[in-house]
Amino acid sequence: MALDANQVREIAHLARLAIDERDIPDYAENLSEILAFVEQLGSVDTEGVEPMAHPLDMAQRLRPDKVTHIDERERFQALAPAAEAGLYLVPRVIEQ
Amino acid sequence: MEWESVIGLEIHVQLSTQTKIFSGAPTAYGAEPNRQASAIDLGMPGVLPVLNEQAVRYAVKLGLALGADIAPRSVFARKNYFYPDLPKGYQISQYDLPLIGSGQMDIELDDGTTKRVGVTRAHLEEDAGKSLHEGFEAMSGIDLNRAGTPLLEIVSEPDLRSAKEAVAYMKKLHTIVRYLDICDGNMQEGSFRCDANVSVRPKGEREFGTRAELKNVNSFRFVERAINHEIERQIEIREDGGSIPQETRLYDADRNETRTMRTKEGADDYRYFPDPDLLPIEVSPAFIDDVRSDMPELPDARKARFESEYGLSSYDAGVLTASRELADYYEAAAGACDDPKLAANWVMDELSGALNKEGLGITESPVSPQRLGGMIQRVTDGTISSKIAKDVFEAMWAGEGDADTVIEAKGLKQVTDTSEIEAMVDEVIANNPDQVAEYQGGKDKLLGFFVGQVMKASGGKANPQQVNDILKQKLG
Amino acid sequence: MHDKTIAELSAALAGGDVTSLELVEAYLDRIRRLDASLNSFITVDADSARAAAREADARRQRGDAGPLTGIPIALKDIFCTEDLKTSCGSRMLDNFAPPYNAHVVAQFKAAGAVILGKTNMDEFAMGSSNEASVYGAVRNPWHRDAVPGGSSGGSAAAVAARLTPGATGTDTGGSIRQPAALCGISGLKPTYGRVSRYGMVAFASSLDQAGPMARSAEDLALMLEVMAGVDERDSTAADRPVPRYSEALGQSLDGLTIGLPKEFFGEGMDDGTREAVNAAVAEYERLGASIREVSLPSSHLAVPAYYVIAPAEASSNLSRFDGVRYGYRCQDPQGLDDMYKRSRGEGFGPEVKRRIMVGTYALSAGYYDAYYRKAQQVRRLIRDEFVQALAEVDVLMGPTAPTPAFDIGSKSEDPVQMYLSDIYTIAVNLAGLPAVSIPAGESGGRPVGLQLIGDYFDEGQLLNVADQFQRVTDYHKRAPAGID
Repeated sequence: MALDANQVREIAHLARLAIDERDIPDYAENLSEILAFVEQLGSVDTEGVEPMAHPLDMAQRLRPDKVTHIDERERFQALAPAAEAGLYLVPRVIEQ
Repeated sequence: MEWESVIGLEIHVQLSTQTKIFSGAPTAYGAEPNRQASAIDLGMPGVLPVLNEQAVRYAVKLGLALGADIAPRSVFARKNYFYPDLPKGYQISQYDLPLIGSGQMDIELDDGTTKRVGVTRAHLEEDAGKSLHEGFEAMSGIDLNRAGTPLLEIVSEPDLRSAKEAVAYMKKLHTIVRYLDICDGNMQEGSFRCDANVSVRPKGEREFGTRAELKNVNSFRFVERAINHEIERQIEIREDGGSIPQETRLYDADRNETRTMRTKEGADDYRYFPDPDLLPIEVSPAFIDDVRSDMPELPDARKARFESEYGLSSYDAGVLTASRELADYYEAAAGACDDPKLAANWVMDELSGALNKEGLGITESPVSPQRLGGMIQRVTDGTISSKIAKDVFEAMWAGEGDADTVIEAKGLKQVTDTSEIEAMVDEVIANNPDQVAEYQGGKDKLLGFFVGQVMKASGGKANPQQVNDILKQKLG
Repeated sequence: MHDKTIAELSAALAGGDVTSLELVEAYLDRIRRLDASLNSFITVDADSARAAAREADARRQRGDAGPLTGIPIALKDIFCTEDLKTSCGSRMLDNFAPPYNAHVVAQFKAAGAVILGKTNMDEFAMGSSNEASVYGAVRNPWHRDAVPGGSSGGSAAAVAARLTPGATGTDTGGSIRQPAALCGISGLKPTYGRVSRYGMVAFASSLDQAGPMARSAEDLALMLEVMAGVDERDSTAADRPVPRYSEALGQSLDGLTIGLPKEFFGEGMDDGTREAVNAAVAEYERLGASIREVSLPSSHLAVPAYYVIAPAEASSNLSRFDGVRYGYRCQDPQGLDDMYKRSRGEGFGPEVKRRIMVGTYALSAGYYDAYYRKAQQVRRLIRDEFVQALAEVDVLMGPTAPTPAFDIGSKSEDPVQMYLSDIYTIAVNLAGLPAVSIPAGESGGRPVGLQLIGDYFDEGQLLNVADQFQRVTDYHKRAPAGID
């Protein structure tokens, strides 16, 4: 499936990626090639095959409900681009 | 045209585990911002989720309470979207293979009938953090303490037909999670949250109308008002020939109105897929049996038992089983005396009244159920009269000890000695010759006057039945 | 000393011929002299390395040393190292020093290994040439105009150039084995779940697996013993005992059955590679193994299935890099959406963005079934074929890569051609099997790798089979010119 520029913009929006307008044709071409390549998958009959999400047939391990937390807020927030009063700061959230 | 409303509820229950669903950070409410956010809750690079066993146990508990299918194998999926309070850029939830499948719950309607409401599914997921909009110029502050708190989302079938039914469903579910002790039920703190899907259709039509989703209607009162308001709004649009767009609406309690939050067209594409960091949850029959062995008696069963075991009316049994704590209190009080019906009256009238007056919950009662039962027993065995009992109760409420101590200290023991009562009766007769004459002349109503006089003379302690009998006998 | 393997260095340390501090100084000196032309390290942590070496020497004095105590190693810059920059080859994490160690890092530290520094890699492990690093391309020590392979290209080049005796890598579609092959070293991708992924920056979680890169199978065994094992912080780490792999070497190959998947010997393979692999197979026959042809009929679908599954998982895994809690945030964001888009747009390089977009598309409404679900179904077909083949033979064998190292810049404009350089390695990740690449000669003066694929959790046998070959050949001992 060939992607056009608008589809590239939509996908980039969904993935929250700023893409330079000048680079859009290149992305459209590369992504279209990749999609054309993976579309070989359509040629194989997979009727009745259960999708495989994990290589191993293991079940989820469960953790006991015990507090193991050590408060490292200052250390974590030293990594943050913007933090104040113990909160991470982002440009004002308008919706909701 | 007559309209019918169709309502389904999605209720988010915060599970009262000690730690987060995927990390060992505590879930306590009200900590300083981000003090309870671990590397996992913050979505730091390379860290991985590990599932809390208690969350699974609690979900299975609810599944059993709803008579629901418990999936032997269920899967966590990622719901992808960007929002600052969602640290990983995805919420770990369950999508096509939830832990709890279809079940049901009976609700009681105003007319006394019972309605069975279908539960479509219940699934485990993680809560998001909170965005705070006050205090920073052009910025929002993000607190991720709540991020990763376990949630059980319980989705009902669109079986509810009025706001009242919706409230009854919500209240019943609230009662059940409290009985199971899997959620603290605190709606102010967001432990029990409700989204409502509301649509209307002409009565008799089979197809559903387009629905609006009402977000965050988080009190029983608001749910009823918000749904009623939304029903009216939709009917108005439909009657004017308009159509309802599928959208998410937010209820504004201050203005009692709902308004558009986002429409379907602008909706995110969540790109659900199985979370590769987590393996399928396998719940064995042994695990389910283990959870089952730990199940408390549920409200419906307890109500039925209260009716049969204690001889209570359906109404009284319903009131007393509305919360697990109240039912526990009642049973303890009833167990401490020989008259469970009298105990029911005391709990529902005097005790509830006193608690309400002081704004206390049943677990905060200054009078323990054992003491209340002990006092009721003194009424039953004739030590005190019902009237004196109220004084005893007040004294116990004020912290003056148990019933026997109060009765002893205040000398409230009922007078049952016949000769003592006879002496008082004789005195009253002697002091009121006119009334005696009138009574004997046929004015039977005056008996009450004499009883009152004798009771007064005894300081309320004479046994009223004995007083009655002796008066009748002496007055002829 | 720098030409010695880990096993040999371990013996030298134990015999008192050298101290860990002397070793560390020697390697730091080599890195200083030689890495300018290779660019295999992003960060060299000289001071900490010296301190750790002194501690290792003290530990040895106390009689508390294990096989890796005092041994210098390098870590791919995808493993979180406490308070030491962990960049993943990306501008996004250029300023990121994690507050915790990856499980693998903690294991090495506990064993007394000394961390020299962090090696270069394709950004977020997405690449097969190590050209996609914000810190610049890594050069192949054998041929400076050629790529070292990727994504663990820095680790492979550093081991090949004797800048470290061993290094860690991660392998999502061949990222340990392919650079090992292209740089003439040995590299093992363990069974999925054998090594904890905790603290390893995730690319595609159902495929990622950490493994050792070194110059001999014996060294891989020594490193794997330290790396492997259950970890309560990784739900997908298998709870099974870790054998003493190094002690299980030296077993005769008499009676061993080797399967050659015919699909691995078809078109597209370079002639020199074919000759080298055939010669290696003949060597195995001489060692007593019997050879059989087997078939993996769906293996041609592995690369397309991988390029749906890996980008899909990556698109979600990389959403956490949003400029809020750590990492790069754009200058002067104009609102929330702008902050997200520019931070991510400027923080990620082109290949990462491409893969995020492919994955986003493959998971989006209306396309999920045709792409993601279909790829997961094909994944099962591929896995089942491997299981069937491994029921008939003990080990599968073939080339690691279709060609030796290609020239820098020759494939960087054509993503699909680049993806095909992992054509023999990718199926193994989809199935979750262990596989090792060992040197098997040269093609046009560039190293060729032989790939051995074993059954689940059968790393012991796999390493023995690799080790037996290295006992009778010297390919793994050859060193590139110009590294003295």
